[in-house]
This record gives sequence, structure tokens and C-alpha cells, in this order.
Amino acid sequence: MSRLERALAGKHVVICAGAGGVGKTTVAATVALGLAARGRRVALVTIDPARRLAEALGLESLGNQPEAVDVARFLESGLEIRGELSAMMLDAKRTFDELIGVLAPSAATRDAILGNPVYQHVSTAVAGSQEYTAIAKLYEIEHTADYEVIVLDTPPSRHAIDFLEAPDRLTGFLEGRALAAFLKPTGGVIRAAGVVFAALRRVTGVGLLDDLTSFFRLLSEMLDGFRQRAADVHELLTGPGTAFLIVTSPERAPLDEALFFATELDRAGMHRAAVIVNRVHPLDGRNLDTAAIAARLAPTLGSSLAARVAATHSEVRCLAERDAAAVARLRSALRAQPICLADRESDVHDLAGLVSLCDELFGRVSARSGGSKASGSAHFASDRLRP
Amino acid sequence: MRERSTTGWPLQLTPRRLLIVAGKGGVGRSTVAAAVAVAAARSGARVIVAETAGRADVPPMFGHRAGEPLVETELLPDLHHITIDRQVALEEYLRLEAPGPVPAAVLGRSRAFGLFVEAAPGMSDLLTIGKVWELAQQPRHRRNALAYDLVVLDAPASGQLVGLLAAPRTFSQIARVGPVARQASRIAGALSDPSTVGVISVATPEQMAVTEAIALQRALSDEFGIELEALVVNRLFPRRFTAKDERALAAAADDPAVRSARWFYGRAQAQHAQLQRLRDELPGLSCTTLPFVFQAALDFADIERLADLLTGAGV
Repeated sequence: MSRLERALAGKHVVICAGAGGVGKTTVAATVALGLAARGRRVALVTIDPARRLAEALGLESLGNQPEAVDVARFLESGLEIRGELSAMMLDAKRTFDELIGVLAPSAATRDAILGNPVYQHVSTAVAGSQEYTAIAKLYEIEHTADYEVIVLDTPPSRHAIDFLEAPDRLTGFLEGRALAAFLKPTGGVIRAAGVVFAALRRVTGVGLLDDLTSFFRLLSEMLDGFRQRAADVHELLTGPGTAFLIVTSPERAPLDEALFFATELDRAGMHRAAVIVNRVHPLDGRNLDTAAIAARLAPTLGSSLAARVAATHSEVRCLAERDAAAVARLRSALRAQPICLADRESDVHDLAGLVSLCDELFGRVSARSGGSKASGSAHFASDRLRP
Repeated sequence: MRERSTTGWPLQLTPRRLLIVAGKGGVGRSTVAAAVAVAAARSGARVIVAETAGRADVPPMFGHRAGEPLVETELLPDLHHITIDRQVALEEYLRLEAPGPVPAAVLGRSRAFGLFVEAAPGMSDLLTIGKVWELAQQPRHRRNALAYDLVVLDAPASGQLVGLLAAPRTFSQIARVGPVARQASRIAGALSDPSTVGVISVATPEQMAVTEAIALQRALSDEFGIELEALVVNRLFPRRFTAKDERALAAAADDPAVRSARWFYGRAQAQHAQLQRLRDELPGLSCTTLPFVFQAALDFADIERLADLLTGAGV
């Protein structure tokens, strides 16, 4: 059993979090694939405007509900899925609409909200709506469908923490005194006395304030529902069946973000199962000086090629040393050994690449022969990454 | 390796007031924005780099500490930096656009306004892009503020950038009348004017970054009528080994240095295929390549070298 499998044993919800651009979506897909290969019934929820996952899984389109992935295609790449794999791509707008449908006290309220111009923009354009709907979707699937494991990719925000704070932000906002101040006055337009509201009206114009006020009033009818939902979600996220996988690359900014996120998880009493460091360049061979390497290789490769090889090796060493320092920093700060994934010679964007990554995370799950030249395969053996 | 003559670039952009440096997360937008700014400042322009959402990744590249939000800090002669933060931008907006009996700072910090900004769709995007627009004004709306020849926006990742650029238009639609609507439609007009706004798309030569660069070009063109100005492909491995070299390496005895070289070869092959795909999909655009920097962290000398490459001064 691989270290990742041990870390995820008994977990029902696996949330992949981390800074944008570290390969979160790929890791989420790989984890889902690996668990399914090991015999679990898995749903993968991905959030991705660029439709990267669909590309990687070779799916034309992913709907807003998990749909069974044809596992025969993995067999062609040597991976037998003994369990089941379903996948979906989050549609923030549809998820928000569905949530309103569930929480609205009446069809009239629902329709009024869905038709409100303010709502229409809140549910699509506003930063944070993806974070909120991702959690809403997770909760919905967890409650209505029967999967053994749900793997959730998180939105590509700059700060991973936005995701955790989304439900509380919405209820905090709905419960806030300021909202009450908005709602107290009756009539279409705020008539509340006070220079602040007068100024607000002067700045915004009447139409916008009108729409906002009626939007808030409609929303407040659902306050209990939102509050209950936030409490349920909090319980789910802190529960013993939920684990976070923090994904990072060895670069400084994503690493800082990962450390910050880990601290926040600990503070919130949420369980972090493992930190995955993606695209690590392994320390390969002793650090010989360039001239010595060139001299050693010259008889077989010729002096020109040997010199280029030696120069390349010292550059790659440089990357590997940077990465080793990053991993050491993570290890000492989190008092846990991160799981490292070797840098690939190309992006993992096709099936063969996913399967090879899966082998690396889960131990060998595929039946591929060892020396396969599939794209995305690691030129470096992953055991060299382990200290 | 560099194929275009870039003499004078980005001087040829001088009619542009705003240059947006866009791309997928993690491709090095801030680095490229800094290098573009250095190149512009060298060519005699007074330039400011703007970062959004409270970020300040650029000042450390120049050995500076991050300044207070919304303070225009001089990093080098004629090269300035600003961090745009929603709250501070709101206060400034109120001061400029809604002078009245209540001081802007009081109004800006009042609960009703905080609530309003949080609740009103795209308001925080509008404030951010509104501030970017203000920086590009000549003369500036802010009294006694420096006028800039060029604003370089270190943009948020592609998806958020589209939301940011769309904010003025959606806002002018839902606010309908009043000062916000007026201001928003003014900004929306300016942003869809290709003589004012240019976009530099940054990608790494990797499948997903290239796909996102192509998608961004379509989104900008379809939704805002903005065309890409130039492509910058960052972190490109040089073609150091030929196919013949690779055959020799494959036949050689196993050795750490040989493994490194073969990994390098494979990476370079894949990268150049992606670079070609980007050029094929976005034909007719100038494409500057920046080399992979094999060291722990970029320092100012690296930024200057990248600026050299962008202007065609270096090799």
C-alpha cells in the first residue's frame, strides 16, 4: 500500500487544495483514478474553466452531475479499474440555481431570485461564487449520491483559503447588522434616514439600489436555510471522513501558500492527509564537477556532446537542489514527510500520462511494461525522490 | 533562437496607455510585467506596474519592500509600482466621484458601504479596473498625481481577468442610471478601444498554458474586441541536443548525467512542439521567447536580461 493510500484510508471526502498552477486538477484526477483502480466507487468533481480535466480524461464534455467514465479506455493504457469512476465539471451558475431551488421557501421566491438582475451577476461573475458552489456541490453529492469516495478539485484562486471561508462569508453577510439595516425600511427604495444611505444612493443611482434591496429581502427569506447549510458543510469539512490533500510545486510562492493553508487547516480543526509536491527534480548522482563529468563521458559520447551533457547535468542539479531545499522546508514546518512527484518530461495531459502518475502515487497499479515510452512518463525513477 | 527583430519594442506601443500582461497561473506574469516595465522605462517612458488583489510580487524583484496599498512607489527612475486593494480603492473612488458632506474615509469604512461593495456584483472588480483606468489618465484624476505614459497591469489569472474586464460593462447594465453607471460605461468604452489597450499573453511552452493562451485570445477578441499585442513564451528550454545526440545518449551506459541530458532533451522536444502549436493557432503575432532560468530565484539582473530579450538588445 502506498503512502498516499494509507493517508487516505477510510476517507470519504478528499479535497485537493493549493495555489493556482501547481497541477491540482491533475493530482485530483489521478487520486480519483487510483482509488477507482483499487476497487472504490469514486466521484471526481473538478472546477476548471479551461476544461483541462475533460481533456486529460478524453471526455468531450462533463455535465453538472457526476457521469460514469468509460473505464475500458483506461484498460488500453494498461490500467484496470476494478471499482467505478464518475466525473463532473462544476457549473457554478447551475449549481447556484439548484441551491436556490432547494432552499427557497416557495416557487414564487425562487423565480423572483432567479430573475433578479443582481442575482444573475452574483451567481456568475462574482469572485467567490465558484468557491461557494464547489462546496455546495460537494455537500449535495455527499448527501444524495452513493459514492465511496468523492474527490474534489478546488477553484484556481490565488489563495487556497478562499475556498474554506466561502460558506461562512455568505452566512456572515446574511446575518450581518448591515443587512438588517438594508432590509428594515419598507418600500422599493431604501428610505432609511442617515447621510450614509443618502450618499450611497447618490453614488449608485436608484435602479441598482432597488434591485439590491429586493435581492437582499428575497435572500433573507432563506437565511435559515443558508445558516443550516453552512453548519452542515462545516460539519462535513471537519468530520473524520474528510481529508485535505495540499498540492504545491517546489517554487517559493506556491510553497508559502501551502504552508499558510496547512496552518489554517490545523487551526480550523480540519484533517490534512498529506502534502503532495508536484514537479520535483530529483537529486540524481553525486555532485561532480562539470569538467570531470565531461572528461568521463568524452570517450563514449565525443567531447562536444559530453560537454553539453555535463553542463546540462549541473543545471538540472541546480533545480534539484532548489527542490530538495523546498521539500526540507515543508517537512520541518509541517513535521510530516511530503509526497514528491517527479517532474515529467512533458505535461500530464493524456491518458498514458495520468496512468503513469497514478503508478507513482499508488504504487504500480497499471500492467504496463516497465520501459514504456508513454508521454508524460518520468525519466527519473521516483524512488530517487525519497530521502 | 529569437526570430523577430524587436528593435524599439515596446516603444511601438506608445499610443497604448494600458498594457495587460495576462496568462495562466504560475507562468511568470509578474516577472514578464516587471521586464516589460524595465524595457519601457529604458525607452524613455514613465511607467507604472499595477498589481491587483493586494498582491505585491514585483517590488521584491527590485529589492524593494511592498508599499502601502494604492501608494505609487518609485522602484527605479521612471519605473513605479502600485498595489491595488479594494478597500483603499473604494475610499479613493468615493473621494473623487461622490464628494459630499461625509468624509470619504468614514463613508468607505461604514458598514453599509462595505456591505454594498461585497454584495454588488463585480463592484470590487469595478473598483480595481477603475483604479487601473485612473492610473492611465492624462492628466490624472487624483490631484498632484504623476501622469504615466504606460500602465502595465500584472493581471490576475485568465479566468479572473475576463471577469475584471467585464465588470464595467455588466455594471453599467445593472446600475442603469446614476454616477456608477456613467463611470462604468466610460471605463467599458476605454477598455474596448484597441488603440488604448494592448494585451501581452504570457505562456509557458506546456500543453495547458498554451491551451489557456489560445482560449484567452478568443475570449478577449469575441467579448471585448481586444486583440493580443504580442506573445511571450517563458521558461523555454533551448534545443541543446539533436535527435542524433539523443540516439547516442540512449545507447550510452546508464549514468546520472546522461539521465539528466535525456530528461532535458525530452522536455525540450515537448516544449518546442507546444511553442509551434501556439504559433500555428495564433498566427501573425510576434512571439518572444525567454529562456528557462536554472537557478533558485530570479534576481534583478535576470529581470534586466529578460528586458534585453524583450527589446531585442540582448542575445
